[in-house]
Amino acid sequence: MSKETCVSRNRKKEGGGSGSRKERIGGFWNWKERMGGFWNRKERMGGFWNQRRKTLFWIRFAAIYLLVVLVDGLLMSPENYGVDYSAKFIAPCFAHPFGTDYMGRDMFFRSIKGLSNSIVIGLLASAVSSLIALAFGVAAAVKGGLIDQFVSWCVDLCMGIPHLMLLILISFMMGKGGTGVTAAVALTHWPELTRLVRAEAIQIRSAQYVQASYRMGKTWYEAAWQHMIPQVLPVYLIGVVLLFPHVIMHEAAITFLGFGFSPETPAIGVILSESMNHIATGKWWMAVFPGLLLLLAVMLFDVAGENLKRLLNPNSGNE
Amino acid sequence: MLEARNVGFRYRKDSPWVLRGVSLQVEAGERVALAGPSGYGKSTLAKILAGYERPVQGEVFWDGEVLDRKGYCPIQLIGQHPEKAVNPRWKMEKILRECWEPGEELLEKMGIQPSWMTRWPIELSGGELQRFCIARVLGPKTKFLVCDEISTMLDVIAQAQIWQVLLDETRKRGMGMLVITHNMALAKRVCTRVVELSNINQL
Repeated sequence: MSKETCVSRNRKKEGGGSGSRKERIGGFWNWKERMGGFWNRKERMGGFWNQRRKTLFWIRFAAIYLLVVLVDGLLMSPENYGVDYSAKFIAPCFAHPFGTDYMGRDMFFRSIKGLSNSIVIGLLASAVSSLIALAFGVAAAVKGGLIDQFVSWCVDLCMGIPHLMLLILISFMMGKGGTGVTAAVALTHWPELTRLVRAEAIQIRSAQYVQASYRMGKTWYEAAWQHMIPQVLPVYLIGVVLLFPHVIMHEAAITFLGFGFSPETPAIGVILSESMNHIATGKWWMAVFPGLLLLLAVMLFDVAGENLKRLLNPNSGNE
Repeated sequence: MLEARNVGFRYRKDSPWVLRGVSLQVEAGERVALAGPSGYGKSTLAKILAGYERPVQGEVFWDGEVLDRKGYCPIQLIGQHPEKAVNPRWKMEKILRECWEPGEELLEKMGIQPSWMTRWPIELSGGELQRFCIARVLGPKTKFLVCDEISTMLDVIAQAQIWQVLLDETRKRGMGMLVITHNMALAKRVCTRVVELSNINQL
């Protein structure tokens, strides 16, 4: 064993905290050291991939994937997924990695464009819905009384109407198309999250440090902003993460029913519902690849949310 | 001057009275010990005096006026569970500076080390947290302190240190103090007079 290996191993025993970052990365690339601890997972991972780095890696990876798909879709020229009747139903090959559909449109570009559209709507709708939920939930908990009753009444009202019906009504009223779908999904996904946020905030409302904060001259607004919202954030983040796939599915559902995007717009919902017509005749690629892309996006969003939650929690934030 | 006039309190309409007809006066610069067995309502009275709870009967007066529930309360309560009195998601530095900027000198006298500032509350012990809870309410707007069993979780040397600081501050600024404790030796040493809660509570 070389002298350098000994030194870096000793450094590792000291906790790896000392020494510059460059030196530690040097230890990571030293294969002898890594192989030496091959059977001990903790030691093997301990050099570079600590919990914090892994967490940050997943957050960045998810953000980059979503961003690349989003930007790529937004900047894509429509010619890439144009109609070409001479190239109908081509199975996945080098020129068309995801194959083509019944009008000869390239499924790869169409899927990317569709996913990009879905991500835009998903982000917009979950942002709007979750902000409504946060404002309603915290206000209900902090102010109590009439405001609390009003919020609970709104929640019951929205949950009392079948969700799909509400989506169709709003989308139809707003003139269908992109605007209709976005407004419909953005305005109907807040009730469940409002309930969660309200329940969480009510628990914190009576905490001693919130009461002390009021005694120290803070207004209800300051107490809500500084004490309640950071505390509610984990629940809120999970809520947003769960909303995102929900919103995309609903967007696909109303599009499928004919109250959303027009059929020529590339959207994952449109693509998936179209592919159902051809799956019985063996055109598997039309459903599998767009489905996988969607699944990957939703799962990465989930992983990013989970890791963000871990990072924000003081009990695990320093791991 | 802090005055409770005929204060009565119960937690709900159908629950029994905890306090009834309690009257108490504490002058500025006076340090009163409030004694009594467990469960007699000492902490409840402390909460009412500091504005945490509204009395069901009677009123609390500060300098002759009814205690204002809005804005900074001149009567500040220090509780017996410091871990509950700090936001677990705030770093210590932010907790300490919630309502004023304590000077270096005070922090040193309280035995608060600069390295604690960047930690989370779960990374400090109860005694260490209590020093922060005391330091954060010693601002210039505080005129009266209600201390509810504040030194129970400290070792004897730390107790002496903290009480020394509190006595210095209250003497210097002519603040009044209400001290709830079971430790009669401490009460005699710190306070100018002792009040038995069962003597003033007309249940």
